[in-house]
Amino acid sequence: MSSPDSSSHHHIASVGTYVAVWAALVFFTLLTVFVASKDFGELNTAVALAIAITKASMVVLIFMGLRHNTPLTKMVAVSGFLWVLILFGIGMSDYLTRAWMGVPGR
Amino acid sequence: MAHGPQGDAAHTHHPHQQHHFFSMAQQYEASVLGMWVFLVTEVMFFGGMFMAYLVYRTAYPQAWVESSHELNVYLGAANTLVLICSSLTMVLAVRSAQVGSKVGQIVNLILTILLGSTFLVIKYFEYAAKFEHHLVPGPSFRTDLPFGSQLFFSLYFCLTGVHALHMVVGIGLMLVMLVLAIRGRFTPDYYNQIEISGLYWHFVDIVWIFLFPLLYLVGFHYTGA
Repeated sequence: MSSPDSSSHHHIASVGTYVAVWAALVFFTLLTVFVASKDFGELNTAVALAIAITKASMVVLIFMGLRHNTPLTKMVAVSGFLWVLILFGIGMSDYLTRAWMGVPGR
Repeated sequence: MAHGPQGDAAHTHHPHQQHHFFSMAQQYEASVLGMWVFLVTEVMFFGGMFMAYLVYRTAYPQAWVESSHELNVYLGAANTLVLICSSLTMVLAVRSAQVGSKVGQIVNLILTILLGSTFLVIKYFEYAAKFEHHLVPGPSFRTDLPFGSQLFFSLYFCLTGVHALHMVVGIGLMLVMLVLAIRGRFTPDYYNQIEISGLYWHFVDIVWIFLFPLLYLVGFHYTGA
């Protein structure tokens, strides 16, 4: 683990930092609602997800303070999102390709 | 490693340091790591439902647009803002523990609980409207929506229902933290419980950050019916 001194072991962010993140999250929420009122065709979901991932990253890094945790904790946190992407990737590689070769039953 | 930086660690350690930890910092990191391992299992738990969402949305894209259009974007957006505010009060409660402000902990925990409850009240009105509008899957489901719309609403109730359950658990957790804060349990040296409870709260917020666009905003631009 990191430096093993007993107390004062954590970084304490300022109230201003947290309020700034809150303001950014409010802004991105209003932005995603506004953007969703327009039709960008295929890009609709990509834009919505890009904003959601930006918001989630801010929460994870600053509100949850992951940026100040040890590399081990960071790796575990990232692994969760990595494995869920593997789930989506392999899952959809099945469902999206079933029609390609006229497999019976589908 | 018989001797820690505090001299003989086995005899002079912090009263809240358990014997099997080398230091308070290691104990803190172990708590945070353990919570993150739990949150990873939560990511995978919700991930399965998001996978189902992805499969059926791919299969019935038009049903998704028209069903999503039936949801109330403004109530959904209001709830998103409520949760974002609750994440701010949550992080300020943890910070109050870090700087040793008991009043700050109590005030921010109460605000977090109130905002979490506000979310559930708004969700209640949304669910009630779905029943009134025949949007609950089953024999009385509306017939003018495309095939696959019942799947959308099944997933809507499944995802938001399980999320709401997490909110209830989170509020219970915060009530426990409130009692501990009132008893003066958290000090700048030791506040692991409120810290990792905060991680849980923020995680539930993150789930909603994805649920909001994927459920409410898919059909917001839709005009023709």
